[in-house]
Amino acid sequence: MKSFTYERATSPAEAAASVMRVPGAKFIAGGTNLLDLMKLQVETPTHLVDVNGLDLDTIEPTEDGGLRIGALVRNTDLAADLRVRRGYGVLSRALLSGASGQLRNKATTAGNLLQRTRCPYFYDTAQPCNKRQPGSGCSAIGGISRQLSVVGASEACIATHPGDMAVAMRVLDANVETVNDKGDTRRIPIAEFHRLPGGTPQIETSLQPGELITAVTLPKPVAGMHVYRKVRDRASYAFALISIAGIVQRDGTGRIAVGGVAPKPWRDEAAEAELPKGAKIATERLFAGAKPTHDNAYKLKLTERALGAVLSEARA
Amino acid sequence: MYGSEDLELNRRHLMAGASACAVATACPSTAWAAAENKSDPVMSKVSFTVNGMAHEVDIDTRTTLLDAVREHLHLTGAKKGCDHGQCGACTMIVDGRRINSCLTLAVMHHGDAITTIEGLGKPGDLHPMQAAFVKHDGYQCGFCTPGQICSGVAVLDEIKAGIPSHVTVDLTANAVITTDEIRERMSGNICRCGAYSNIIDAMTEVAGRQA
Ligand SMILES: Cc1cc2nc3c(=O)[nH]c(=O)nc-3n(C[C@H](O)[C@H](O)[C@H](O)COP(=O)(O)OP(=O)(O)OC[C@H]3O[C@@H](n4cnc5c(N)ncnc54)[C@H](O)[C@@H]3O)c2cc1C
Ligand code: SF4
Ligand code: FES
Ligand code: FES
Repeated sequence: MKSFTYERATSPAEAAASVMRVPGAKFIAGGTNLLDLMKLQVETPTHLVDVNGLDLDTIEPTEDGGLRIGALVRNTDLAADLRVRRGYGVLSRALLSGASGQLRNKATTAGNLLQRTRCPYFYDTAQPCNKRQPGSGCSAIGGISRQLSVVGASEACIATHPGDMAVAMRVLDANVETVNDKGDTRRIPIAEFHRLPGGTPQIETSLQPGELITAVTLPKPVAGMHVYRKVRDRASYAFALISIAGIVQRDGTGRIAVGGVAPKPWRDEAAEAELPKGAKIATERLFAGAKPTHDNAYKLKLTERALGAVLSEARA
Repeated sequence: MYGSEDLELNRRHLMAGASACAVATACPSTAWAAAENKSDPVMSKVSFTVNGMAHEVDIDTRTTLLDAVREHLHLTGAKKGCDHGQCGACTMIVDGRRINSCLTLAVMHHGDAITTIEGLGKPGDLHPMQAAFVKHDGYQCGFCTPGQICSGVAVLDEIKAGIPSHVTVDLTANAVITTDEIRERMSGNICRCGAYSNIIDAMTEVAGRQA
C-alpha cells in the first residue's frame, strides 16, 4: 500500500473541500472496497478523508411518503429497517444477498453505490486495463469475460457494476443527494448516476471531483411482489452472475432491473411494457443491441429463465 | 511535489484540522511532510480499548486493525487468512458488531471498543461458544476458529436483534434460529478443514441454551 495522510471530516462540505484541496485525495467510509484496492495498488490515494464521523447515518421519512437514507447507513441497518422490510422488500433482499454479515456491518449506502468492478484484469496491475490505466487496452476483450457485460459496454471496457443494492435502487427510482466543496447540493436520479463506459471507462458515475454523497432518497413504496433473484456460482457470499430486482403484479405487469449484465443496473421501460407477454419477449427487448462474448453469452438465457421464474412466482 | 505556496496553504489547513481534532487524536502530525515524499510512512496516534484494556498506539496510517492488534498489541488470536475480506479469519467484534478487521484501518477506530477471541474467554473460563466448539469438535487445524467463534457469538446476537438474512422467508417477521439461518449467516467464515457441520452443532447448542 502507498502511504497516505489521514483526516477525519467534521462536516459534509468540509469533507468535500478537503478532497478538492488535496490532489489524489479520496473519501473513505466502510473501507471494504477502497482498502481492498489500495492493498493491491489499484487505488493509490495520497490522502484519506474519513467521513464516518459525519451525521449521515439515519433513515428518515420524507414529506412525500418516501425515505431518506443517510450515506453512512450501514447495509445491515438498511436491510433490517422495518420500514424498508415492509415497503421496499426488494431493497432488503438485494442487500442481504450481498457480501457477508461482517462486510454488511461496515459497508455504507454511498460506498456500496460506488464499489468498483470485479473484472479480474482491473485487479491485476500487471495487465493492461483501460479503467485502471486509461489507454492501456482492455485485457478482458478476448480474455476471460465470463462475469462481464453483455450490454451497454464499449470497445474500451466490458466491465460490470458488480453490486446488488444499486439494482434494487434502480427499480425503486431512487435519487442520490450530494454536496460539493462550496456547499451546493444536487439530486441525481439513479438512472443517470452510473455512466456507460464509452471511451472513458475510468469515469464511472456522474459525480464531480470532490462531490460527496449525503443521502439516497426513495419515493413512496410501490405495492406488488418485491423480489430480488440472484444467480451465482455458490449459494452465499458470491457476486451475481445475473440478478433480477423486480416489483411485479399478479397480472404480470411491473418493473424490473437486471444486475450483472451491464456497466450499470440495466432497466428499460420499453422492455417492462412487454412483461405481460412473458420472459422471452421481455428479455429480447431488454437485451436489444447486446454484444455478448463467447464466454458470457449464457447470461442472455440465464436472465430469461430467471425472469420466467420471477413472473410465475408473481402469478402464483 | 507541492510549490512552496501550496505547502504553506496545506500547513495552515493542517493546523485547522489539528484543532478540529482535539478529541480525535489520530490527526497525523507529519501529514504534509509525507505528501512531499509519498514513500515515507505517515505516523498517527490512535486509542481504543481491546478486550476492556485501553491502548494508545502510534502507527503507520496504513496499518489495518488486524495488524495493529496482532503486531502492536501482540494479541495473535485473530488470524490473517486472505487480508481481503474473503475468509473471515480476522473477524473481531467492534462496538458490538462483527467486522473483518483486515479491511479497516486502525486509525478509523479511535475510541472504539474491540473484542477479539482473547476477550471472549480464556482457558478455565471459556465463553459458552468456545466451550461448545471444543465439545463438538468445531475445528481441525484451528486457524479459522477465532474468527468462527467471534462470528458465531455475533450471529446469535444478530438473530436476537431481529436482523433478517438472505434465507429469512418472511421479511416482516423475526427470524428464528434454524440450520439454514446459521449456515447463511456464517458464510463469511471459510474453513479449509471443513468443520462446518460441527460448527453448526456448536452454535445450535449455544442458541438452545440461550433461548
Ligand atoms: C469478499 C467481498 C465480497 C463482496 N460481495 C458483494 C456482493 O455479493 N454484492 C455486493 O453488492 N457487494 C459485495 N461486496 C462489495 C461491498 O458491498 C462493498 O465493498 C461495500 O458496499 C463498499 O462500501 P464501503 O462503505 O465499505 O465503501 P468504501 O470502500 O469506504 O468506499 C468505496 C468508494 O466510495 C467512495 N465513497 C465512500 N463514501 C462516499 C460518499 N459519502 N460520497 C462520495 N464517495 C464516497 C470512496 O472514496 C471509495 O471510492 C463484496 C466485498 C468483498 C470484500
Ligand atoms: S473490461 Fe474494463 S475493467 Fe476489465 S480489463 Fe477491460 S478495461 Fe479493464
Ligand atoms: S483475513 Fe480478513 S477476511 Fe480473510
Ligand atoms: S479448522 Fe482448519 S480452517 Fe477451519
